[in-house]
Amino acid sequence: MIPISFFLLLSGVLFVLGVITFFVKKDLITMFMAIEVMLNASNLALVSFSRLSNSLDGQVIVFFIITVAAAEAAVGLAIILLIFKQRKTIKPEDLNLMKG
Amino acid sequence: MLDLKMSYFLFSLLTIFCVGSIVGMIISKNQAYNALLLVLSFASLGGIFGLLDAPFIAVVQIIIYAGAIMVLFIFVIMMINLKEPLPPERKRWTLYLSGILAIVLLLEFFLALKNTFNVSTLVEGERLSSPTELGRLLFTKYLWPFEITSILIIASLVGAIVLVKKKGK
Repeated sequence: MIPISFFLLLSGVLFVLGVITFFVKKDLITMFMAIEVMLNASNLALVSFSRLSNSLDGQVIVFFIITVAAAEAAVGLAIILLIFKQRKTIKPEDLNLMKG
Repeated sequence: MLDLKMSYFLFSLLTIFCVGSIVGMIISKNQAYNALLLVLSFASLGGIFGLLDAPFIAVVQIIIYAGAIMVLFIFVIMMINLKEPLPPERKRWTLYLSGILAIVLLLEFFLALKNTFNVSTLVEGERLSSPTELGRLLFTKYLWPFEITSILIIASLVGAIVLVKKKGK
């Protein structure tokens, strides 16, 4: 069996890559994808801890996280679509309505 | 059960696919390519879940994440259909700052995980990994969260429809 620390390290690397993508990219859709990457990294950590402690509670939490991520993707993409309809842009720099 | 060499080989292959496609996502500027690379990454993550003795989560990951959610993303990319290409990346200092943040975060994770490298012996014995056990747990111990999730899904469904609906109809 592969040591559990490999999976945890992979989860950390994936989370960091998600953070980098979120800060480097310039359009809302790819930033949203970066959030999904971070969620998946946490899922991987939860599943490996569930394997380590030989209990299924971690997998149940991952199940709930996937469900919530699907709901979040539906609402978030609807908001992005609405922003594009009204402002004709998906760059976060152009959305400065609250800047004054 | 896979033998050790085979599972190491599978793990490294899936890790290369998973990390490599996200690095490709950082490099690429095309949103549709980004979505397809993310599908590849999530599918290989499903394989990694399979290596961790979690077959149900692996299948759910591939069907819901790599299937349903990414199809939603691709539909939105199709509807947005940008006329002008995306502008170049952010200012230089943002790149440097995110690089520093990434290094700090990686060091932090490494320090947190340093003690787990000694944990090589896993609990042997009966594996609790069958979907039957998972379903039993879902409908006994986690019954209330499960029901509340359905309310959340209904709320998000109604919210998404109200947001995108045309005014005055």
